[in-house]
Amino acid sequence: MNTTAKIARFEIKDVVRSRWLIGYALFFLVVTDALLRFGSGEKALLSLVNVVLFVTPLVTVVFATVYQYNSREFIELLLAQPVRRRQLFGGLYVGLALPVSLVFVASVAVPVMIHHADNAVKIWTLVALLGTGLALTAVFTAIASLIVAKVDDRMKGLGLAIVLWLLLAVLYDGVVLLVVTIFADHAIEKPLLGLMVLNPIDLARVVLLLQFDVSALLGYTGAVMRQFFGGGAGVAVASVALTSWIAAPLLLAFRAFDRKDF
Amino acid sequence: MVETHGLHKSFGRLRVLDGIDMRVVRNRVTAVVGPNAAGKTTLIKTILGLIRADDGTILVDGKAIEGDDAYRSRIGYMPQIARFPDNLSATDLFDMLKDLRGATARVDDRLIEAFGLSGEASKPLRTLSGGTRQKVNAVMAFLFDPDLLILDEPTAGLDPVASGILKARIAEDRDGGKTFILTSHIMSELEELADDVIFLNEGRVAFAGPVDDIKTLTRQTNLERAIAAMMMRGAAA
Repeated sequence: MNTTAKIARFEIKDVVRSRWLIGYALFFLVVTDALLRFGSGEKALLSLVNVVLFVTPLVTVVFATVYQYNSREFIELLLAQPVRRRQLFGGLYVGLALPVSLVFVASVAVPVMIHHADNAVKIWTLVALLGTGLALTAVFTAIASLIVAKVDDRMKGLGLAIVLWLLLAVLYDGVVLLVVTIFADHAIEKPLLGLMVLNPIDLARVVLLLQFDVSALLGYTGAVMRQFFGGGAGVAVASVALTSWIAAPLLLAFRAFDRKDF
Repeated sequence: MVETHGLHKSFGRLRVLDGIDMRVVRNRVTAVVGPNAAGKTTLIKTILGLIRADDGTILVDGKAIEGDDAYRSRIGYMPQIARFPDNLSATDLFDMLKDLRGATARVDDRLIEAFGLSGEASKPLRTLSGGTRQKVNAVMAFLFDPDLLILDEPTAGLDPVASGILKARIAEDRDGGKTFILTSHIMSELEELADDVIFLNEGRVAFAGPVDDIKTLTRQTNLERAIAAMMMRGAAA
């Protein structure tokens, strides 16, 4: 086994025993179960989409930020071993993102199986939900890595993580609406698409909601997206953009980590 | 064994290392001393590659460490602060390090016995006291029978018994052919252990040489007074 995998394996052992992650698992188990118990297939899954879009980024970015700040002294210890920084960075990222992802998938998928809801909804809808949840986990773990590599003060870093989530998950919609209202007389579809690409949560929402037949929930950017690309192409474009949202922060985080003084 | 030439490091506008030239001689204990914020920990971390120097070279056994990672397989490091993953045990930690170092690494766990750590080794590290964690920290530095040990404030937080065990081990290993770099604020301890002293002040080497020389130079009978005299002189200059 190579060094990256060894470090990842070791970190996973620690992460899976953390109370945060156990709480996260319980949360999704209970919420998914409740939604399926009291709602019907498609509708319940739609509610779940909203929960996932809201909660996954928040929990991931906060947990990943706190965890990485707490590992600082331990990372120093690992750096004093015959290990390359690239291997260490890769191992630490995988060791954090992988268990959080698996917990998310398991705690959503298990209640769905138990309720046999997979018969009631299209399997692709479920796959899309889990896939975007995974992508958001990867994105926000990468963003957390970038924050921790760049900001030494842990209170500032954690604050930044929360503000960023607030911006992307909550305030962004307001800004889009504002832009739409102000420029109502202009053709703003294309700039709006650009605006959507700037927000991974919005991208994830569009990917998911294009699966359902619910234009009302698409939001302005989603409606534009559908109008522009229709179903399939829209999903493809959004998926590519979402992947860049994993790669870009991760690359920047690695550059910062590689040059960092511990 | 370790040499630095013209080592510079600044954090923002603060010059922490301002042209450090020094040598650590094989088979001796070299103490890095100096007032607070003199750059002791920065120097140690730069040798380990934890901090990237702005300028200058570091040679370990005559080879520049730039771009090399394998040289660290011969170094044992005991950092000042011991914090480990909360949910794992000391045994998990030792196993991981063994795993990282590979099958070729010789394992030396005599210190686990000496510290009486066997009973604590399976408990989660977060439940251990500060002193016990510091013992785990010390064990890790010695675990792979390294040629060079870098210990940053090794006895801080250890009780007198544990500190005595550690000091005895340092002396024994030095006689057995190992090289040590250590920092400490406890001068009596350094007096016991150190062969050479590197005195840092404001990022420069103010004195480097055998312990006896610094005593002669400052006309003092013990190391503590000699260092204090150096510091006063530095403040006056």
